[in-house]
Amino acid sequence: MDSDLLLPRPEGLYCPAGDFYIDPMLPVARAVVTHAHGDHARAGSALYHVASAGAALMRERLGATATIRAYDYGERFTLGETVLSLHPSGHVLGAAQVRIEGRGKVAVVSGDYKRDPDPTCAPFEPVPCDVFVTESTFGLPIYRWPPMSEVIHDLMAWWAACAERGIPAVLFCYALGKAQRILAELATRTDRTVYLHGAMVRLVEDYREAGVRMVMTEAVSETARGRDFAGELILAPPSAAGAPWMKRFSKASTGFASGWMQVRGARRRRGYDRGFIVSDHADWPGLIRSVEDCGAKRIYVTHGDGEALIRYLRERGHDARSLRSLGAMPDARASEEGD
Amino acid sequence: MRRFAALYDALDRTASTSAKRDAMAAYFADAPAEDAAWAVYVLGGGKLKRTATSTELRTALAAETGYADWLIDDSYAHVGDLAETIALMLPRREADGTDTPLHVWMEARLPSLARLESTERVETLRDWWRALPAAQVFLVNKLLTGSLRVGVSQRLVVQAIAQWTSLPTDLIAHRLSGTWKPSADAFRALAEPERADEHAGERPYPFFLASPLEHEVDTLGAVSDWLAEWKWDGIRAQLMRRGDEVILWSRGEERLDGRFPELETAARTLPDGCVIDGEILAWSLDEAHPLLFAALQKRIGKLKPGPKLLADTPVRLMAYDLLELDGKDLREAPLRERRTRLAALLDGHTTTFMLSPEVPAHAWADLAAIRAESRERRTEGLMLKRLDSPYRVGRKRGDWWKWKVDPYTIDAVLLYAQPGHGRRSGLFTDYTFGVWDGEALVPVAKAYSGLDDDEIGRLDRWIRANTIDRFGPVRSVQPTHVFELAFEAIQASGRHKAGVAVRFPRILRWRTDLAIRDADKLDDLRRLASG
Repeated sequence: MDSDLLLPRPEGLYCPAGDFYIDPMLPVARAVVTHAHGDHARAGSALYHVASAGAALMRERLGATATIRAYDYGERFTLGETVLSLHPSGHVLGAAQVRIEGRGKVAVVSGDYKRDPDPTCAPFEPVPCDVFVTESTFGLPIYRWPPMSEVIHDLMAWWAACAERGIPAVLFCYALGKAQRILAELATRTDRTVYLHGAMVRLVEDYREAGVRMVMTEAVSETARGRDFAGELILAPPSAAGAPWMKRFSKASTGFASGWMQVRGARRRRGYDRGFIVSDHADWPGLIRSVEDCGAKRIYVTHGDGEALIRYLRERGHDARSLRSLGAMPDARASEEGD
Repeated sequence: MRRFAALYDALDRTASTSAKRDAMAAYFADAPAEDAAWAVYVLGGGKLKRTATSTELRTALAAETGYADWLIDDSYAHVGDLAETIALMLPRREADGTDTPLHVWMEARLPSLARLESTERVETLRDWWRALPAAQVFLVNKLLTGSLRVGVSQRLVVQAIAQWTSLPTDLIAHRLSGTWKPSADAFRALAEPERADEHAGERPYPFFLASPLEHEVDTLGAVSDWLAEWKWDGIRAQLMRRGDEVILWSRGEERLDGRFPELETAARTLPDGCVIDGEILAWSLDEAHPLLFAALQKRIGKLKPGPKLLADTPVRLMAYDLLELDGKDLREAPLRERRTRLAALLDGHTTTFMLSPEVPAHAWADLAAIRAESRERRTEGLMLKRLDSPYRVGRKRGDWWKWKVDPYTIDAVLLYAQPGHGRRSGLFTDYTFGVWDGEALVPVAKAYSGLDDDEIGRLDRWIRANTIDRFGPVRSVQPTHVFELAFEAIQASGRHKAGVAVRFPRILRWRTDLAIRDADKLDDLRRLASG
């Protein structure tokens, strides 16, 4: 029974054999948390098991009083009747897949993952298993990520064009992971300083402390009052778009870095001038490849619809089904969150 | 095509109107005239006669990718644009580097598909796709399947040409009016200095459009400065009598030749060199009011109406304005004078042409009271026009206002949803609503607009989580949410399951305060339709 190892419950994905939850949405006794994004790491549980590489970010998210146990990638530990280990998922710094061995079977819960190279975190490691739980945020074949070198080239060209017009370039992107990945990619191409929204400053410092090399950054809030940002690149979380904070960047050209930017209508709907296709999730070829790499006999698909991915995998001879088929669990994210 | 693709990119990569205008002006100044002419045409919303079907495009895509039809359909439903879906799904390969100019695509390549058998068309599409970079695959597919939709209006194209030529926008708008045929000569002619005979030929004058009155009517000043007329619900049209010709133009600047023979015949008795702006209405001579718009729709659809249709549904022209008399452009003259001359022109004339009656009033309050009778008179409300206004170009606020009656409203339940297109792609934004017929909810209206982005997002998530059944891209949902809908008219219809059809339905608000049992009943709608 797969449900010995994986049982969706109202609190989140539960492992009966090990008596723990993975990325619980409500406070529980024992939690294994795959990564530090808000829809996965939630405060209030009694005990957290996480990967060492992401422990500092987890502390930030879960609070100073949380009890956190950190493990190196590949290190084995026991919970209940199961033996666990955490393996890189390539999503953001410290993101992990959870390998669960118990009741004569190996299950891997991938959490969020990607297959594209990322200078800020360890690359996805295919983990052989019997049961593989995959995300499907971008589960349609229209989603294929362009090489990051092309995207950064476009980004630099946009920045240069803004500089020529004497206006700021404001790039919206997620504060944890996406921002640092872009700053790290930029480090190989420019030595100019990039300005940061306040919500990103601490996270960028965490990445620097973890040894990730990025371009020079400065907080917008630390600059002199009335400073002119003409020709500068500013990174801000999407929530800052349309907020009063934007007033100081008058006439700015705006961009958004996200996998959703692959589709024109999604960009036009948000009203950004430019969309840059950068995602920390697997694209369609990445999803298919990961399913095949792990050699699992059964695949469970989480997130959103996922129906196209399930049907496609079944047509290719895989035993794929929705994680919902094991039990009901609230979907932590809205339709277009996570990118 | 490379240069046009770069222009398209520039337009697509900014939300700023002035940046779009600058990009187009720079392109017009620089591009070869034979290509720039087609750019004017397609950016202004023009399209070619369709030469390949959606099915052929999908067949070619399936052959090229090996993906199953259902996966292509799912992807299309998510993207909301077939041209883009194809560009996103095709294998990425290096383009072969040759560049086919835009005018060759528009004049030779795309039309050539029409001469092929369906299977050859599919093969030709595949050959083209393989040779093109992804951005041009998208553009060629767009040109093949419809309009470009890149956030550029016809008006903005006109402004860009005016900027490039340093000529007045109204002159450019007039030069592009009617069925402008793209060619290198036609493009160069746009930039020529203004001529005395500018208005001659078959081109219509650009229509002057009224804006909705959104403030209190008494802020318009003295009522004696204004002409009040009924707002008729027909087809706005321009009737030209020039030389031996009678030409009837629709507001969309399409020729209506042959569709309304009674108007063309009657126009032969008008003097040479006159142009009338008016409204085509289906209206029997012995009736006090025009027929419903649905009757007129039967006429619009018929290229050559037969004797029975002509007898059952005769049309007349309600004349609003006189734009030209004795071959002279009158548009700069005040409305007061144009109307006097229009009245004189039509005086003693056939009843096929009626002078739009003035609605007399001494005070705004009188007009407000009369406006309440609009529906009984089969009109949509009142028009208010400043008596000293010239006949302007396009939608310019200030001189002409439409003062419509309040719409009908009903409370209806969301039953079905399907994904939208364009900027709403991937979101469930096309809704079908129903009302109670006994114990059942029957669909009565589809509506797409009226919710804000936040509401659209919330409803989209709810629809995904509460889907009962799927029919292709359409989902039926648990009847839960009630919306207040507005519409302009309602009439009995044999073609609709509910037996009624509503006109211009849209969402007014999400009635979170109502339960589905509070929604309206079909009987109430039937009463409205018969009333």
